[in-house]
Amino acid sequence: MIVSFIDFFRDRLKATIRWCYVLLVVVAIWGSFFVDNSHAHTSWEKFPFFWSVFGFFACALIIIGSKWFGHLGIMTREDYYDD
Amino acid sequence: MTNIWNHPAFIMIIGALLLPLFKGSARKPYLLLVPVISFLTVCGLNHGVYGVVNIIDWQLTFGRVDSLSQIFGFIMSLMCIVGTLYGLHEERAVDHMAAWLYVAGSLGVIYCGDFLTLFVFWELMAFASVFLIWFRRRPQSLAVGYRYLLVHTAGGLVLLAGFILRYMETGGDLSFVQLDVLHPTLAIWMIMIGFILNAAVPPLHSWLPDAYGEASVGGAIFMCAFTTKTAIYALARSCAGFEILIPLGVCMALYGVVYAVLENDCRRLLAWHIISQVGYMVAGVGIGTEMAINGACAHAFAHILYKGLLFMGCGSVLYMTGKSKFSDLGGLYKKMPRTFIFTMIGGLSISAFPLFSGFVSKSMIIAAGFHEHILWAGFGLTLASAGTFLHTGLKVPYFIWFGKNNCSEETWEKAQDPPWNMQAAMFAAAFLCVFIGCYLPFLYDKLPYANHYHPYNGYHLSETLQILLFTAFGFFLLLKKLAPEPVISIDLDWFYRKGGKVFMWLVRKPIQAIDTAWGCVYKTVGIAGLMLTAKFSGWFDWNVIDTVVDGIARTVRLIGGSVRRLQSGQLQYNIFFAATIAAAAIFALAFV
Repeated sequence: MIVSFIDFFRDRLKATIRWCYVLLVVVAIWGSFFVDNSHAHTSWEKFPFFWSVFGFFACALIIIGSKWFGHLGIMTREDYYDD
Repeated sequence: MTNIWNHPAFIMIIGALLLPLFKGSARKPYLLLVPVISFLTVCGLNHGVYGVVNIIDWQLTFGRVDSLSQIFGFIMSLMCIVGTLYGLHEERAVDHMAAWLYVAGSLGVIYCGDFLTLFVFWELMAFASVFLIWFRRRPQSLAVGYRYLLVHTAGGLVLLAGFILRYMETGGDLSFVQLDVLHPTLAIWMIMIGFILNAAVPPLHSWLPDAYGEASVGGAIFMCAFTTKTAIYALARSCAGFEILIPLGVCMALYGVVYAVLENDCRRLLAWHIISQVGYMVAGVGIGTEMAINGACAHAFAHILYKGLLFMGCGSVLYMTGKSKFSDLGGLYKKMPRTFIFTMIGGLSISAFPLFSGFVSKSMIIAAGFHEHILWAGFGLTLASAGTFLHTGLKVPYFIWFGKNNCSEETWEKAQDPPWNMQAAMFAAAFLCVFIGCYLPFLYDKLPYANHYHPYNGYHLSETLQILLFTAFGFFLLLKKLAPEPVISIDLDWFYRKGGKVFMWLVRKPIQAIDTAWGCVYKTVGIAGLMLTAKFSGWFDWNVIDTVVDGIARTVRLIGGSVRRLQSGQLQYNIFFAATIAAAAIFALAFV
C-alpha cells in the first residue's frame, strides 16, 4: 500500500510538483497576510514573506556555505586516516 | 525507593548480571521484563530523597526524586524498553548486558544527589558504552572504541578534578545542586567542562560522530539517547543560567548542521544532528529561565524518541543491507517501505513539523531566547532548524529511499523491511513522536516548572510551515550540490588521531633509536665499566677489607690469649695487675 501510494505521486511527478508550488504560494500568502503577527518577536518578522525568504535563504546558505567550507580541504578521501 | 534495591539503576545492574542465566526460550521474555520493571519502578517513584548511605565522612545520596529527575528518568527507562525490543533478536548476552549497564549508569546519574555518586555512575556509563562500539566487531571498531574511551577518560578526570576542588573550597560539600554560575570558580568551570564534553559541545564533540557512526546497530540506539541527554540533565541541574552555554549551544546547533551537509554516512549524519539538536538544549540551559529549562527538558524528551527512531530506521538499512553510505544506497522505498515511513516520522519530528514531537519542544527553547531578547540566539537556532529539516527530513529519506539507485545487486537483493521486533520498536517510537506532538499534556505535565507556553497558535504554525516548505524548495533546487560523495570530513579529532600517529612515530623511530643507541653504549661502556668496578671491588674486598677484618680478628685472638694466660686464678697476681693498671692510669691522668 505504501509503495503504491508513493508510486501514485511518482507517476504524476509534474502534477505533484505543480501542486507543491501551489502549496508554497498558499502557505506564504496565508502566513504573510492572514495570520495575526502581533506576537512576532521582532519588527522584521512583520515584513510579508519574511519567514518564506528566511527559510529559502537559510537552506541555500547552509548548502552552499557548507560545501564551500568542505572544499577548503575539510572533505578528503575515505582512507585519509589509514596511512 | 525506600529500599535502595528498588533503585531503577540497581534493577538494571542486577538484571544485566543475571542475564546470562536466562537462556533459550526464557531469554526474550526476560529481556523485556527487566526494562519494564525498571520503567514501572520509575513511574511509581514519589518525590523525596531516598537511599542515603554514609561512608567514611561522605553522605552518598542514590535517590533524589523530583520533577527534573523524573522527566529524565521516565524517558530514559522508556527508551531502554524500546532499545531492548529493537535488539531483541541479538543472541549474544554481552550486547544486552553492556546496554543495560549503560542505562544503569545514566539512571544512577539522574537520581543521585551528590557528585561522588554521580562520578561513579558517570564512569559506569563511559565504561559500559564503549562495548557497544566494540561489539560492532569490525577491525576499526577497536580503534574507535579506544578513542572514545580516551576522550571520556580525559573528560572524567576533568570532572573529578572539579569535584575535588569543589570539595576543598566548600569544606566538604559535594551536593549535586545548582552551582553559583554567576561567580564561577575554577571548580565550577571544570565541572561544567566535564559535563559539556559528554554533551559533545564543540570543541569537545568529535568523539560523537566517530563513535555513534561505528556503534553496533542495536548499540547506537542506546548511545544516541543516553550520554548527551544525561549530560543535559547534569547541566540543567547544576549549571542553569551559565551564560557561556548560550553561544556554545548556538554554535553547536550550526556546527552540526554544516558537517551534516558534508557527510556521506547516514548514521554519522544523524550523529552530527545530535550535536545540532543538543545545541538547542545547551543554549536552553544557558538561558536558564524556567521556560528555557522546560524547553531543554522537553526537547531532550522528544529528541530521545525521534533520534532513537531515526537511528533505528538507518540501523535497519544497515542491518539488512550491510550499507550505511548514501553512495551505496538509493531507491529503497520499494524494498523497505515501512522503514521509510518510520524514518520519515522521525525526520518530521526532528524538523519540528506541526503535529510531531519536535514542534512542541524545540520551539519552546527558541521562544525562550526571543523572550529574553537574545535575538541572535533565536535567529541562529531558527537557522539551524532549517538545516535540520534539510538533512534529516529531506537528505536522509531522499538519498536512501529515493534518488539515484547506487545499490549493488547484492545490496538490492538483501534489502527488505527488518524483523518484527525492529519494526515494533520503530512503531512504538513513531507512535510516541506523533502522540507527543498531538497530545501536549503527556509531555508538558512532566516538565519541571509550570508551563505557560502554547505551541499551536497561528503565528507559530505559519512561521514553521514557511521555513520548512521553503527549505524543501531550496533543497530540490540545489539537489545536485547535495549528491553523495564518497569522502570523509576532517574535524577536530584530527589533532588526536594524527597526534596519536605522530606519537607512535616518535615512539617507533626517534625514541626507539635513542633506546637502541643507549643499549649499545650500555653494552660497550656500561658493561665494561661494571666489570672493572666489580674487579676493583673484589680486589678491595680481598686485600683491604678482609685484611683489616682478619687483622682485627688476629689481634683480638692475641689479646684474648694473653689475657687467658694472665688469668692464673691466684689472688696476689690479680691484685698486682690491678694495682699496676691503676697506677698507670693515675700516672697518665696526672701527666696528660
